[in-house]
Amino acid sequence: MAKILEVNDLITRFYTFDGVVHALSGVSFDLDEGETLGIVGESGSGKSVTMMSLLHLLPTPPARIEGGKALFYSNRNEQNNNTDPVDLLQLDKSGIRKIRGGKIGFIFQDALSALNPVMTIGRQISETLIEHLGMTVDEAKKRSIELLEYVGIPEAEKRFSAYPHQFSGGMRQRTMIAVAIACNPEIIIADEPTTALDVTVQAQIIELVQRLKKEMKMSVIWITHDLGVVAGMADRVLVMYAGSAVEIAPVDDLFYNPGHPYTIKLLGALPKIGEEGQHRLESIDGTPPDLLSPPAHCQFAWRCPHAAEKCWQAVPAAREISPGHHAACFFDFAARRP
Amino acid sequence: MVQNAEVSGNINSNGIEHKKTELSRSNHNLVTVKNLKKYFPFTKGSLFNRKKGQIKAVDDLSFNIRKGETLGVVGESGCGKSTTGRAILHLEKPTAGEIVIDGVDVTRLTREELRCMRPQIQMIFQDSYASLNPRHAIGHIISEPMMIHTDMKQSAMKERVMELLELVGLNPNHYGRFPHEFSGGQRQRINIARALSLNPKFVVCDEPISALDVSIQAQVINLFQDLQKELGLTYLFIAHDLSMVQHISDRVAVMYLGKIMELTTRERLFNTPLHPYTQALMSAIPIPDPVKERQRQRILLNEEVPSPANPPNGCVFNTRCPVAEEICTRSAPEYREIETGHFVVCHKVDAL
Repeated sequence: MAKILEVNDLITRFYTFDGVVHALSGVSFDLDEGETLGIVGESGSGKSVTMMSLLHLLPTPPARIEGGKALFYSNRNEQNNNTDPVDLLQLDKSGIRKIRGGKIGFIFQDALSALNPVMTIGRQISETLIEHLGMTVDEAKKRSIELLEYVGIPEAEKRFSAYPHQFSGGMRQRTMIAVAIACNPEIIIADEPTTALDVTVQAQIIELVQRLKKEMKMSVIWITHDLGVVAGMADRVLVMYAGSAVEIAPVDDLFYNPGHPYTIKLLGALPKIGEEGQHRLESIDGTPPDLLSPPAHCQFAWRCPHAAEKCWQAVPAAREISPGHHAACFFDFAARRP
Repeated sequence: MVQNAEVSGNINSNGIEHKKTELSRSNHNLVTVKNLKKYFPFTKGSLFNRKKGQIKAVDDLSFNIRKGETLGVVGESGCGKSTTGRAILHLEKPTAGEIVIDGVDVTRLTREELRCMRPQIQMIFQDSYASLNPRHAIGHIISEPMMIHTDMKQSAMKERVMELLELVGLNPNHYGRFPHEFSGGQRQRINIARALSLNPKFVVCDEPISALDVSIQAQVINLFQDLQKELGLTYLFIAHDLSMVQHISDRVAVMYLGKIMELTTRERLFNTPLHPYTQALMSAIPIPDPVKERQRQRILLNEEVPSPANPPNGCVFNTRCPVAEEICTRSAPEYREIETGHFVVCHKVDAL
């Protein structure tokens, strides 16, 4: 399958008064056309920073992107048949504005603060259409109402002139999705879009995004901390820890044959549904390292039950342990299991 | 008496041996709640505050919690789970109802009597940062309940604080540090230490792990379970994370718009849920297992939770229920015991 996005060795740092925060130290992954990539990790692991770095959404200063490449192979190039990739990190302000919100849509976690409270829902969707597609106000209105209907908001015509506070959490998230898909993007990046929602509404939103993905032939990057959500919708999963990608694998490999001790521990820390009797959860002792002074060895070493001498000396590079399954660990845990 | 179904059910099971459920660790009820109601009036107008109506945050709940057990309470936001916990501890004065804790009806106590009761009933809050005073050292925070309720000497208190810190897995020598010096999981441990400082019998945990990361959640959940075993605590565990609730609870109550929809043991609730709402809720939990996820059928509830200020007539769930019939919009179903220890509020439960 053709690649649509290829990120290589992305390094982002924050220059603060307390020192340099090493938010991302060399993250690499790629995204295929039409696939859903799940990104999981704990808070502070760099999931959101990765995506925000790509789209220039981080305030600079304090943030600075210090290295890496993010090649975007756009194949819906209207002007010419140019299929040369664009390096998102090298684009200037006007260059990224054409892509952000146009070819790459973004869904934020907190729909209430992502939407402008003093602007009607309709105007916020129209704005994108006018800006990127050059529609007139009337065209944009007509299209906005269609979009609202498309994402499942009842009485769309009436809701067009409503304000965000008049919407429920689920409806606000649907509005965000309408804005994100307005320009028929090639990639949708969803940053914890269901974390603030109740499970029943979460199920609705996941269903919606999966339907849209199929109908509009998009690729989806879904950032979450919930491994359960990832299991249900992702094709491949990237696990992040302390600013680096520790494992990337097809979803089944990751869940049934994890290759990094962090992933193994994380899966053990989840309660099993419907089990008989009470058992103890496997917990990961300790907390993630301080990114102000990240260790020069494996980030996970001091929480890792298998840490050996070499883990304290060097940072392990990602290795391919089976086709498409990469883990950043010196040892091969996946192969040890039958 | 319908509303007291569970209470009478338990009286029966005390008398008749074979009716005991396997999971009841003890038949002694530490907490009995009867017809608990908590209504919040809402007003309109800035000057006269005319009373416009009331929100039935908790409407006619009856249940009991056995000694040493964990009762989980789950439901969507706004269903009244937190209000239930707060009303039981009298942090909100209940509108009506009876709450008997360890043989004492706390609704009838005077302020002073209630204050003397407080050491036995404690609460752990969701936001571990907001519930700790940032200007006090944690040693002070943890010893504050002892200053108020006991006449312990300073040195004895310090010893007790260190013992508590050790108990919850923190370094006892950190008693002079301030809340901001700790991580989220550690702060929640400090909260637990404070709640335990007076040897309570009953602890209400209001979403204690919601703000924590998965790996830290597991640590705190294990701590809760260890402490329960060690100190014989009884928990009311409120959460919206169904998978964690089923992990820690002995019995679970599912709430919707201020009412209990179903209450039973965790095995029964998660394997054979009877109420259509519980079934939808169970089917919506993401399972960290790709093959199971692909095979499962989700029951998608359409629309969203109706406003508690204006709940639907009849069964409160009828607007979203996939099996609702005409009767459901007319009359409210009763709180019935379908099988021993399994309570359901639904007209259609026999047909399902």
